[in-house]
Amino acid sequence: MIPDFIRASIVALGLTAGASLAEEPFIIVQSTTSTQNSGLLDYILPGFEAETGIDVRVVAVGTGQAIRNAINGDGDVLLVHSKSAEEQFVADGWGVERFDVMYNDFVLVGPKSDPAEVKGDTDIIAALAAVASSKAPFVSRGDDSGTHKAEMRYWQVTDVDPTVASGTWYREAGAGMGASLNIASGMGAYILTDRATWLSFGNRGDLEILVEGDPRMFNQYGVILVNPEKHSKVRATSGQRFIDWLIGADGQAAIESYELDGQQMFFPNAR
Amino acid sequence: MQSFASEFNQAISLILNGDAELWAIVLLSLRVSVFAVLISAVIGMPVGAALAVARFPGRRALIILMNALMGLPPVVVGLLVYLMLSRSGPLGVLELLYTPTAMIIAQVVLVTPIMAALTRQVVEMLAEEYSEQLRSLGVSRLASVPVLLWDARLALVTALLAGFGRAIAEVGAVIIVGGNINHVTRVMTTTIALETSKGNLAMALALGVILIGLAVAVNAMVSALTLRAEREGLRHA
Amino acid sequence: MRDVVTGAPGILDVSGLSIARNGKALLDVPHLCLDGPGPTLILGPNGAGKSLLLRCLHGLIQPDRGRVCQNGAVLNARHKARQAMVFQSPVLLRRSVAANLDFVLKRRSMPRAERKHRIESLLDEGGLGGKARQPARSLSGGEAQRLAILRALALDPETLFLDEPTSALDPSATQMIERMILRASERGVRIVMVTHDIGQARRLASDIVMMQAGRVVEHGKAMQVLEAPESDESRRYLAGGLVT
Repeated sequence: MIPDFIRASIVALGLTAGASLAEEPFIIVQSTTSTQNSGLLDYILPGFEAETGIDVRVVAVGTGQAIRNAINGDGDVLLVHSKSAEEQFVADGWGVERFDVMYNDFVLVGPKSDPAEVKGDTDIIAALAAVASSKAPFVSRGDDSGTHKAEMRYWQVTDVDPTVASGTWYREAGAGMGASLNIASGMGAYILTDRATWLSFGNRGDLEILVEGDPRMFNQYGVILVNPEKHSKVRATSGQRFIDWLIGADGQAAIESYELDGQQMFFPNAR
Repeated sequence: MQSFASEFNQAISLILNGDAELWAIVLLSLRVSVFAVLISAVIGMPVGAALAVARFPGRRALIILMNALMGLPPVVVGLLVYLMLSRSGPLGVLELLYTPTAMIIAQVVLVTPIMAALTRQVVEMLAEEYSEQLRSLGVSRLASVPVLLWDARLALVTALLAGFGRAIAEVGAVIIVGGNINHVTRVMTTTIALETSKGNLAMALALGVILIGLAVAVNAMVSALTLRAEREGLRHA
Repeated sequence: MRDVVTGAPGILDVSGLSIARNGKALLDVPHLCLDGPGPTLILGPNGAGKSLLLRCLHGLIQPDRGRVCQNGAVLNARHKARQAMVFQSPVLLRRSVAANLDFVLKRRSMPRAERKHRIESLLDEGGLGGKARQPARSLSGGEAQRLAILRALALDPETLFLDEPTSALDPSATQMIERMILRASERGVRIVMVTHDIGQARRLASDIVMMQAGRVVEHGKAMQVLEAPESDESRRYLAGGLVT
């Protein structure tokens, strides 16, 4: 078969990912920037890899793109944070089953000067309404990511449709969490971010956490095996092993023990 | 934001301390781009030379198309290669997505039109000069291609370096088809994008400095070659 | 002016030759026969069609009408393989002096050892003995044209066409090249050379073709054309007057 011949010559060139293809198994996890940028995966994955010999390759993009890539079959495991989209993914047959893994929370950060006077609020809806009426700059991910979807859910509860102000005080970055934080830091704007990315972010400038602790700001992560019946090349066995480990005692303990600046980042809650 | 000076100092110390991870990333970048440029040259140079000497209907249109392809947006190329290599795509069975090979393919698509277009320009100019002399010596159009390629060698090396510059500095395509996977497909430009998004500007800057250094080195080579070419009268009139 | 030394091969015969562009006749030569033993020089003002005629004779340009014959047969590939041409500004390959000669010898499938020997003797003949390894493009104008002539001679041509080979050179460089051309002629190579230098024609020509506005206005023994031209155009050109 021609593809086999091509693959053989590529392997002969020593170029494929897998010089490791045969001897060292690996899986591809489609995940979000928050799990990668926070350093969580770098912290917990070596434990799994040492135990099983399975190399975990993480592609970190927004939740929306991660789900689309998984639908195309370009991943074995999906680890993202947008529960309704994940359930839809499973309902449509693209995934086998969804498991809760952990949660962290969103925080609203903004400039120390706080022109919308929201500091100390524990009600994210009221805080966003205040930002809107003050017309202080607000940066949105605007990229269909889990964080963006959460933000849009909050706006829906307020009376404000911020997208009509797009381009004035409401800025849609269309970028990842870090890139959006860089923009907010540069213009002294309010922005909704997950706590983990915020704590590991190195370019905070004048920004600080203003609103936190609202139960609506909990950010649930789920893990799903991509359905091998849809894509026969899915490495289902290794992928399932990873999921079992992640929601099992070892994985949950590893998540719990990850700290940055002395703070726990993610709270395991697999059942 | 920290001052530029302090970020820059950290960046330099990262380079000087020879961080192993950093050098692995630099090496992968070089490996991918060197391979991509060599493959592009093997495809693009004969195509460019053939376009320079052959006369057939539609040649003009082909040249215009090739010149337009020189400016292909990397993100579009990345998307196209992704769609080809995705498990749902026509070449999905090859399992090449998220491998260095996928990044090489994307860069080949980006660089080959550059190679072909620059080669055509150089060879066409030379062919104009050589045309009567070669015909007088009984060299056919087809047989003149290797003669012209060899005599244009210095200009072609310059084209090679230009292609390398485009390949190594490119981020939009390789981040899509490579996935920026740690230790597998993470190259200089995708690391810069990642570290910038983490607000880790020192590391991003360190790699930026190395990239700029490479660009300077490549340009110095081009200029040295041009100088040599002038000395030896190898340049085109 | 030269006397007959030896009979040159390859009589060139032109009949009904014409080239026109936009209704203007660039070349119109009903008949011309080059059968003289020594060098033929084609003389005339700029735009007379000298170079065009030379290219037709060499087969580089296809005329609109008419034909060129060699020894009675229409010019063919075998004839062309025994023709060589030297251009006004030498077109040297971007390689060493020796490699420029080697390129031609290789095309003749000459074995390596013989090529090496031949290159040495050619370079000696052109006074380029010490410059074999030098890049050809770094040669002076005179040296470059000498190399171009050597490369043409490396083909062992029956006929050598030269298109104003010395027009850009100083007198001493010109003299060296004229000596090379005469030596080739003495060895039996038919020389057909374009010039607008009357002195050069006087020094080299056995016969002269005088051209004007695309036509041959006179063709005869050099002595006769130079000393007692028959046409008004020839007389005026030789007198240095304007030919209109």
